Amino acid sequence: MKLAEVRDILQAKVFAGEKIIESEVDSAFGSDLMSDVLAFVNDRVLLLTGLVNLQVVRTAEMMDISAIVFVRGKCPDESIINLAKSKNMVIMSTAHTMYVASGKLYSNGLAGNEREV
Amino acid sequence: MAEVMKLHYVVSGDDFTRAGETSSKVKKTLNQLGFRPEVVRKVAIAMYEGEINMVIHADGGTIDVDISSDEIVIVMQDKGPGIPDVEKAMQEGFSTASNNVRELGFGAGMGLPNIKKYSDVMEIDTQVGKGTKLRIVIYAKE
Repeated sequence: MKLAEVRDILQAKVFAGEKIIESEVDSAFGSDLMSDVLAFVNDRVLLLTGLVNLQVVRTAEMMDISAIVFVRGKCPDESIINLAKSKNMVIMSTAHTMYVASGKLYSNGLAGNEREV
Repeated sequence: MAEVMKLHYVVSGDDFTRAGETSSKVKKTLNQLGFRPEVVRKVAIAMYEGEINMVIHADGGTIDVDISSDEIVIVMQDKGPGIPDVEKAMQEGFSTASNNVRELGFGAGMGLPNIKKYSDVMEIDTQVGKGTKLRIVIYAKE
């Protein structure tokens, strides 16, 4: 799914990475725990989170994640936006909750990313 | 390649917002040296987990990275409280992190198991009250 579609489906505001908004992601992962992002993600996913701090961008950087959606209307501060820009990442924010945002993306064809269950 | 590039870093323990800067630098260096993306990713994740541990549990420490074409060796050393029960610390979900750390998105008890998952060799040398030395090796060859 193109990140531009993610933006439109979630009615999200884009804070960084407008230039690469036409790039695609194959799957998504949602968590407020970066520990779990580091342990469970095994692909270059779209990350949905309600946690807003610099370590979200750092975690994404280590995992080669290039797009982050902050849910529940959480907005990144300038330091987060600047770090994301320097790492060439897309950052957006949606007013939807994690469950609703995930459901909207999933029902529009964006698969989940999880370890074997 | 017999040639080894040696990097040394000091990780500050008093600023959580800066945790990960060292892992970021090493990741960039490995990319510039042309290592395979899978290798770079393994190093970045294992090292970042270790760096976060250092900051949240041990008030920082030092990281030495030896890079050769065969392998990347990372030695993370701190003068923190040490790990009383390493076997327990290796269990997924076991954590001694404070609520404050959990609010920052860490301390889920996945750190050490995850480092083991992403490294080819992991050795822990720890003494309660003295500190912990973590040695990680990641093979670079296919």
